Amino acid sequence: MLNRQGRPSAPQAHGVSDPAAGMGDQAARLQGDANRATGSNPEAHPTFTGNKALAQIEPLLFEIGRYDTTGVDLDEPEDFEPRLGGLERKEAIGLPGLSEPETMRHYVRLSQQNYGIDTGLFPLGSCTMKHNARLNERMARLPGFSDVHPLQPVSTVQGALELMNELGRYLVTLTNMTAVALSPKAGAHGELCGMMAIKAAIEAKGEGKTRNVVLVPDSAHGTNPATAALIGFKVKPVPAREDGWVHVEDVKERLGPDVAAIMLTNPNTCGLFEPQVVEIAKAIHDAGAYFYCDGANFNAIVGKAKPGDLGVDAMHINLHKTFSTPHGGGGPGSGPVVLSERLAPFAPVPFVRMKDGSFELVEQNDEAGGTAAPFGRMTAFHGQMGMYVRALSYMLSHGSDGMKQASEDAVLNANYIRAGLADLMSLPFGNKPCMHEVLFDDAWLKDTGVTTLDVAKAMIDEGYHPMTMYFPLVVHGAMLIEPTESESKTSLDLFVAMLRDLAMAAKNGEKERFTGAPYHAPRRRLDETRAARSPVLKWSPPAPVAEAAE
Amino acid sequence: MTTRYTKDHEYIRVEGDAGIVGISDYAQGQLGDVVFVELPSVGKTLSKGDEAAVVESVKAASEVYAPVSGEVVEVNSELEASPGTVNEDPAGRGWFMKIRLTNESELDGLMTEEQYGEFVKSIS
Repeated sequence: MLNRQGRPSAPQAHGVSDPAAGMGDQAARLQGDANRATGSNPEAHPTFTGNKALAQIEPLLFEIGRYDTTGVDLDEPEDFEPRLGGLERKEAIGLPGLSEPETMRHYVRLSQQNYGIDTGLFPLGSCTMKHNARLNERMARLPGFSDVHPLQPVSTVQGALELMNELGRYLVTLTNMTAVALSPKAGAHGELCGMMAIKAAIEAKGEGKTRNVVLVPDSAHGTNPATAALIGFKVKPVPAREDGWVHVEDVKERLGPDVAAIMLTNPNTCGLFEPQVVEIAKAIHDAGAYFYCDGANFNAIVGKAKPGDLGVDAMHINLHKTFSTPHGGGGPGSGPVVLSERLAPFAPVPFVRMKDGSFELVEQNDEAGGTAAPFGRMTAFHGQMGMYVRALSYMLSHGSDGMKQASEDAVLNANYIRAGLADLMSLPFGNKPCMHEVLFDDAWLKDTGVTTLDVAKAMIDEGYHPMTMYFPLVVHGAMLIEPTESESKTSLDLFVAMLRDLAMAAKNGEKERFTGAPYHAPRRRLDETRAARSPVLKWSPPAPVAEAAE
Repeated sequence: MTTRYTKDHEYIRVEGDAGIVGISDYAQGQLGDVVFVELPSVGKTLSKGDEAAVVESVKAASEVYAPVSGEVVEVNSELEASPGTVNEDPAGRGWFMKIRLTNESELDGLMTEEQYGEFVKSIS
């Protein structure tokens, strides 16, 4: 296998498949030195334009735009009487204009500076940046899915409703729960949905005034305590133990008639499966409280364990993590919530229901029927239709065996990285198997003068998006790496070799390689302190040249 | 004048019936560059262990807990404009708030300078 510089990459070159042993120290040193000897020091060969060959310097839209240019040709409006009651604009709006080719180049150049899952390995732990299958995109663009409007008569969108119903059935089956709310827009919104269902159940029992405490382990996602606090619960932390697990006795100590719920992430943010989860669920239920599970890490256990079997009452599922729909700028998130039998009656509207051979949308609380008592509505419409299509496309194309294998491969890949780096980097909870992500701390950097942040910046120079840093907070200088099942062994070998080279460089005192990084990125290191202390949030036109010259 | 420390790295320097509260030099070092400080309003009553302020650095946001019970009688509003003072002079100009103690005996449960030094050594 050749890397981008055309040199054989070490593991295969030495004919050894174990990356820990394969990337011999000497080989790695040579490779590292070769990089820097032949390597590009951009400062040594400055260009006239500032561009670096294909990497073009792209100024802000405001800096390249002109007020007399536009890419569209609109007729001037005829005279008209403004009806804005004197609130109309008095002067030009000041938006820069570009011609169509200039606009195209601006955005294409910006997109070339982006690093995404389609560019390379994206090891952000707890974020699950997995492959976004092209088949999903094809399905989402089918006219019957892409063109539907939320206010269309339900008789004209039966196919879309059937798809939502089928997606819901998959989610309920995979989790062994009773009901699903598809509408939440993403993870934290899903948490809110689940916790509102719990609150409604508590109020229905007449305990709304007295049960107002939510237990949250120290290692939880920050959104967990924020969600609980947002709807008026008091948050009580459950301290972290040295083994990275939540212990049932620590939970029991804090239980009482005032406890409404626990919010537990499983597998947890340390990348470990909580072995006492069933005992914790029992203790919670015995105390009359509910078990909210943060499903951000569900991708590690799909097809292997069902949260309903573990005693979970409510769990959100990030379709944009576990079920391969795009993240961030690539598309909106989607955070369906599954509910246990105890919470199912409180599921919010709207939801899809089969009636007389066709699908209907239940839009109002009083249409829910039976013993159902929906807590209300969280969104104006029905959720992220485009994401439902992509997620179901992923499910159907993988099948239940494929989804199970994806979980297994995700766990295998994370453990492959753990095994490949355990001798050079430090594992806070000992060298024990992890789930879909592996957590390192910064003990291995002690006395090197290099920090977790510096390592992350050096990874950018090596062409990788950094892993999650400084989270979870229970570990000092945390580096949380999640490769996902999408990465091949070849890809993992190069990633491990790269980190081994960095680790050895840090230990050999090559501090500058880290503290000055990134050297090769379109922009050098940001002054994060200054950016946070005095952020510039608005573009201001530069001073006129005459003044600037003075 | 006595200074006492908590396990969460707050200090309280008692002068008369009031104490000046801030975070220790070790804490500011661990946090890294402080970029934002949220202070309580003057007149707020705090119980020991209550969340009294928030300090945000480039790495993380952390709560500052009240080391003792009492009423907030003064806050260092200069920190809002120059949060970096917490890094430069945590024990002096980087103080957070002044609390009038309601129960002086709570100080006995806190660590002395020497005990805190030992504590920091044991965790670092």
